[in-house]
Amino acid sequence: MTDALLPNEFSDLERFAVKWCLATEQERYMERLSSSMEDMQALYDAVTARAEEAMVYCDKFPLDEMPEDALNLMRLLYSLVMVSFPVEVWGQPRIPDTGAAYLDLLVEPIP
Amino acid sequence: MARFPKPPEGSWTEHYELGTEPMSYEDSISPEFFELEREAIFKRAWLNVGRVEQLPRNGSYFTKELAVARTSVIIVRDREGQVRAFHNVCRHRGNKLVWNDFPKEETSGISRQFVCKYHGWRYDLDGSCSFVQQEQEFFDLDKADYGLVPVHCDVWAGFIFINLAKAPEQNLTEFLGPMVTALENYPFHLQSERWFYRSPVSANWKLYLDAFQEFYHAPILHAKQTPTDLSVPMQQAGFEAPYYGIDGPHRVVSTAGIFPWNLAPNQLKPMEILTRSGLFGPWDMPDLNFEQKPAGLNPAGCDPWGLDSFQIFPNFVILIWGQSWYLTYHYWPTASNQHIFEGTLYFVPAKTARERVAHELAALSFKEYGHQDANTLEATQTMLESRVLDRFPLGDQEVLCRHLHKVTGEWVDDYKRELSEVKR
Repeated sequence: MTDALLPNEFSDLERFAVKWCLATEQERYMERLSSSMEDMQALYDAVTARAEEAMVYCDKFPLDEMPEDALNLMRLLYSLVMVSFPVEVWGQPRIPDTGAAYLDLLVEPIP
Repeated sequence: MARFPKPPEGSWTEHYELGTEPMSYEDSISPEFFELEREAIFKRAWLNVGRVEQLPRNGSYFTKELAVARTSVIIVRDREGQVRAFHNVCRHRGNKLVWNDFPKEETSGISRQFVCKYHGWRYDLDGSCSFVQQEQEFFDLDKADYGLVPVHCDVWAGFIFINLAKAPEQNLTEFLGPMVTALENYPFHLQSERWFYRSPVSANWKLYLDAFQEFYHAPILHAKQTPTDLSVPMQQAGFEAPYYGIDGPHRVVSTAGIFPWNLAPNQLKPMEILTRSGLFGPWDMPDLNFEQKPAGLNPAGCDPWGLDSFQIFPNFVILIWGQSWYLTYHYWPTASNQHIFEGTLYFVPAKTARERVAHELAALSFKEYGHQDANTLEATQTMLESRVLDRFPLGDQEVLCRHLHKVTGEWVDDYKRELSEVKR
């Protein structure tokens, strides 16, 4: 598995990596808006079950010196947070009653 | 039955003598009134344009587009480390001096000097003109007469303010007044992890200020964001603030808080429990190393304390959360029924992945709530403009909305009076 995006210990999450290991909040938000509830529920269920272990794993590294695979795992956690509102609250990708409104995040901490 | 005591007059509105009659919102729909606001307010008040952390080194600069004053300003840290502001215009033939690709978009960077793209005139970081292309072709031109046009600029607690008046009537400290400057020793500088949001909003700038200076709406508009086991009792109780403060043109509302970690699991979202975070911020708070709590903070002495939201006239808000982070709002008018909203979140920089994930949920929660607020405003603006109604009753929890519109009217009246005196 030389092409794996995630650390070996998290190979069960690899099937979500290409779609959801995204570097910016803007990309993750756009992915959410264009995804089905089934896709997001699947991500939510799988990553929630491993989230505590994932945080323990990522916490082994300083934030500014993360290996690429740990960084991808972080990004998967961010995507878990991103889909939590559709899954836990809205029952749809978009915030209800918000029409064409948007609120772009232009500066965010890296990673 | 009131949970918090009201002032002796029986209400905050009467305590601050703001009148209790229904209010007009003509000031939020009239293009003529907006033209007066440009001159009377935005070219006279001190305006916050950012923080000193955005200028980390000598030569660091950013530009700020001020459509409301029909100008653009360069804010720069000069060679001596002093923060300065200049109108973003070349003295030669008026080209915009600093921009990239799109003249109307803001930019930032670091530079030894500013060079005009048009004919190559150069300006030092202190604004002085240092080079004129083919200087010998000009007539009696002394470069010393052609420095950049300065804008009054001052810094309070790391916040950079500018004033577009030729001679501001008050210095920055006088303008901010004792209620705001009492926050001076709050450790803003420790909270340098910055999240910057921007949104165009199809509503008058004061309508969004109103939306965030009353929390009467919170249990209703945002009900679905909390589990029913919490939202139903919140709606039944309604919202009451323990404290409203007014000092000159500025306002503060303080709220009582909850300790989310003490709520029952069925009153929390699973993601809040997993990340130990939420709208009110991370549950595991950084140590802000207060030597002493700033005198202006948590004026009602709430425990737990929710937040203090300082509304600094005209268009700047500093909101300090009990859970040890803060955010700012800016509302930059572009028309009587349009403005640009900016929200900036500030945390003590995350040191671990776990802390960083907690920030991610706090920031996303802000965005989910903000979307709901912004879209409601467009719905309000369009129906105010129908002029079907012209008087609107405001409750005591909306006392600060009443104050903003009163102060706005007073500044516009002052300006009109001065204008007519000059004409006479």
